[in-house]
Amino acid sequence: MPRTLFDKIWDFHLVGQRADGRDLLYIDRHVLHELHAHHGFTQLEKQQRPVRRPDLTFSVQDHTVATKPGRNDDTNPSGTAFIKATREGSRKNGIRLFDIDDPEQGISHVVAPEVGIVLPGATHAVPDSHASTVGGVGALAFGCGTTEMTHILATQVMVLKRPKRMRARLDGRLGAHVSAKDVALRLIAELGVAGGRGYAVEYAGSAIAAMPIEQRMTLCNLNIEMGGRSGFVAPDEKTFAWLAGRPYTPKGAMWDRALDYWRTLATDDDAAFDREVVLDCNALEPQITWGTDPSQVVGISGRVPDPAAIDANRREAAESAFAYMGLTPGTALAGLPIDRVFIGSCTNSRLPDLEVAAAVVRGRRVAQGVSAMVVPGSSSVKREAEAVGLDRVFRDAGFFWGESGCSMCAGGNGDRGAPGERCVSTTNRNFENRQGAKVRTHLASPATAAASAIAGRIADVRQLLAGAA
Amino acid sequence: MQPFTSHTAIAAPLLKDNVNTDQIAPILNTRSLREDYKAMLFHRARRREDGSEDPDFVLNKPQFRSAGILMTGNNFGAGSSRESAVWSMLANGIRAIVAKSFADIYRENCLQNGLLPIVLGAAEADVFAAWVVAVNGAAPFTVDLITQRISGPAGADIAFDIAPADRTRLLEGLDDIGLTLKHMNEIASWEQRAAAAQPWLQTARDTR
Repeated sequence: MPRTLFDKIWDFHLVGQRADGRDLLYIDRHVLHELHAHHGFTQLEKQQRPVRRPDLTFSVQDHTVATKPGRNDDTNPSGTAFIKATREGSRKNGIRLFDIDDPEQGISHVVAPEVGIVLPGATHAVPDSHASTVGGVGALAFGCGTTEMTHILATQVMVLKRPKRMRARLDGRLGAHVSAKDVALRLIAELGVAGGRGYAVEYAGSAIAAMPIEQRMTLCNLNIEMGGRSGFVAPDEKTFAWLAGRPYTPKGAMWDRALDYWRTLATDDDAAFDREVVLDCNALEPQITWGTDPSQVVGISGRVPDPAAIDANRREAAESAFAYMGLTPGTALAGLPIDRVFIGSCTNSRLPDLEVAAAVVRGRRVAQGVSAMVVPGSSSVKREAEAVGLDRVFRDAGFFWGESGCSMCAGGNGDRGAPGERCVSTTNRNFENRQGAKVRTHLASPATAAASAIAGRIADVRQLLAGAA
Repeated sequence: MQPFTSHTAIAAPLLKDNVNTDQIAPILNTRSLREDYKAMLFHRARRREDGSEDPDFVLNKPQFRSAGILMTGNNFGAGSSRESAVWSMLANGIRAIVAKSFADIYRENCLQNGLLPIVLGAAEADVFAAWVVAVNGAAPFTVDLITQRISGPAGADIAFDIAPADRTRLLEGLDDIGLTLKHMNEIASWEQRAAAAQPWLQTARDTR
């Protein structure tokens, strides 16, 4: 019987079934971070249970680390206890930690693929909802809670109900300055914030085939913003070339053998999905959120919608979003004055994201009154960006150039905006108060964020580069 | 995990869709390994800008201050996987949430902690929401997991569905790790099979 790629990966990793009917799925790679790790270590110690596979487990310091140059454990005092407990617990349990000063430290979802910890066809879990970012290299990843994380530490399996299968076919060619972020925002707008609930989503189609790996990761990262349980792209030659030679990938004869297997990782023709959706990307323009959930999206030439045009079920939420965002229906998004720009997060902080933003910024200045910051997704990305002078491009333009971490995505490290500020952000959630009390977040691509920093207003990058803004 | 059999408490209406974990358990400026989960629950929504209590927020209203059941809308618990969004409910005595739907990770986090997530169909959810609003905290409701019924003052019981596996976990308050460890032989033999079929999955070494 023809099978989807999801089923192939799931079936391979199926260890057994619990008496309650749920599946036991083996987790090949488990990555912890400091907001959850200490809970797990403490619980296991209490239960006198060891970590079953410390060799398949990694930890990172990302959510609470400061971004200031010369940072240490205490630079963000609210993170100190978490950072130290993660260090201590990782040491005691024999887990490789990407510590605050490690040359490969960074956001777990950036670090894991970058060093080759995650592989095509592998299962992956992180106590973080954006775990499926690594679906961009063809891994099947699940975000989990703290108790589930502890369960994985003790058993190396996750107890799951098999999700349904969805295929999102993204057809067409992306226009200039349009990227995976715009595609994802449009898809979330179409399907809604719960449209993917209960599904493992395979992203496919000609737009995906053409997409670099980093953009596939952006797309898979945002899968949770439509409620998806997991999201991935079938690996292809681009994936294999991207992974080859990374520190933790197999080498030599083992690589060749892995490659033979990875080339079989595709959905069979005629395999059935529970749901199929199609998005034509040909005419897609840059997208931006106007509201307080990631489905409240318009094209950059669009206007804040009229409540009468909004589905009745979503109208009340829209009206509350208008008030929070300080917007009135009919207002054009482009041209709205802004106070802050953030380029970073597991969504858009890899080297090509920074290159795109730098190309917009180069030779220009951040508009007066706008605070703009770039926070690379990992210390490796930071180093690589510096090697090609991107840090100078950003600094010369007036951007802050930070040490890597989650930073202003959720503000867990103290990087936050001030009340009432309007912020264009390359992150994943425009929830109320997430980037600071009363901060008004507009989610957009690195290109749009960079163009907006220069213009001092929400800007259409295409116009800015054409000299029209 | 504390077993769940039945729970009798005041029910509070939070009739919104997509209530997210940033709202339920916001990341705050000061935090420690021993967080105050009781104070964390809806920390921002409960307060006005000057830090004083917002009397309009449902859980601040006198009749709902001791609420132990929450009635809400679609996609409750969207967003982050942070389990503090469940622990903060429990710290406030809320042991059952009735919703039109839950975000996947949040629902699982509830089940891991003995918090009963009840999903009602849209029509029944509207009936229950109206009932909760009408009672207005004057009398408690009972959520019974054995009979799978919600009962309350002056109204017909509402039956709810829950997957048998989830029901058993809650009723017995079982230690999930302990149950999985019974499968240790299967886990070990899976590892052996994987080491033969896809050996690169069973090692993760820096080979530089």
